[in-house]
Amino acid sequence: MVEAPLIDRTKCDGCGLCVNVCACNVLILVDQIVTVIEVERCDWCADCEAVCTTGAIICPFEIIIQD
Amino acid sequence: MMPIEPRFLSENPYFYGLGLPELDSIKRLFSEERSDRGEIILLEGEPTDRLFFVAMGVVKLFRVSAEGKEQTLELVRPGGAINEVPVFDGGPNPASAQAMGPALLYIISKTDLESILRDYPRVALNVVKVLASQIRHLVSLVEDLSFRHVIGRVAKILLEHAGDGTRPGQRLTQQEMAAIAGTAREVVGRSLKTLEERGIIKLEHHRIVVTDKEALKQITNAQY
Repeated sequence: MVEAPLIDRTKCDGCGLCVNVCACNVLILVDQIVTVIEVERCDWCADCEAVCTTGAIICPFEIIIQD
Repeated sequence: MMPIEPRFLSENPYFYGLGLPELDSIKRLFSEERSDRGEIILLEGEPTDRLFFVAMGVVKLFRVSAEGKEQTLELVRPGGAINEVPVFDGGPNPASAQAMGPALLYIISKTDLESILRDYPRVALNVVKVLASQIRHLVSLVEDLSFRHVIGRVAKILLEHAGDGTRPGQRLTQQEMAAIAGTAREVVGRSLKTLEERGIIKLEHHRIVVTDKEALKQITNAQY
C-alpha cells in the first residue's frame, strides 16, 4: 500500500496552503478539508507539512537500519 | 494599478489600527503580480525598491552558501512581507525568494511606502514590531545553525528511533525531530540532506534508511 501524508481533519482549517505548494498535485480541498488523491504521485517532499500552521497534515518518516 | 482585496490591508500587521478611509487611500498604492511554482521572485544580492507582500500562496526565503548548500530562512505565508530589510535599509536583498506554489503578490514602491510611514505614524510603529519579531526568529535560527552540533543530535535521534528488524522503527516527522533536537525544522531537513550526501542514510519516500550505522554513531559521538 502506498503511504500517504497523514491528515487530522479536526485540525485542518481549509487554508489550502498545502494544496498550493504540492508540486505533485496530490492534495485537494473537499468541503474545506485537505484530502489526499493520487497518492502514488506523492514524493514525500513534506512541503505540505512545512507550510501547515495547524499541524493538520504530517509526513512521518519510518527510520530503519539497513543490514 | 490593480485594486487589491480590502481585507488584505485590514488584516495585515503593518496596517493594524488604521481606519477604513486610511486603508482606502493606502490600497490604491499597491499593484499585484503573480508567480508560478518555483519562480524566483527576488535574488540574493540584488537591489530592490519595492516591498512585496504575499497575498496567496507561500514564498520561501533562502540563502545559498559558497558550497552551493541552500538554507531556508523562512516560509512566508499570506499576509507576510518578503523583503522589508533591503527596502528599509537600502541595501541588497539578503536572501532569495521563490514561490513554493502559484503565488499572488501585492507590491508597493519604496517611495510610496515612505510616504505612508510619514503620514501614518501608527504604521511605522507596526513595522517596528514586525521587524522585532523577525529579529527574534533569526536570532533563534542563528543559534540553531551552530550546525555541527545539530547534526550530531539528529544522528542520535535516528539511532534511538530506528527499527532493528525485530521491531518497527518509530515514525517521526521532521517537526518532531526538530522538537527533540531543540532546533528548527529547516535545520533538521538540511541535516538529513547532509547525512544523505555523505552516504550515511538514504531518504526513500516515507522512510529514512540508515545505511552506515557506524558512521552515524561516530557523528553522534563526535566532539565539536
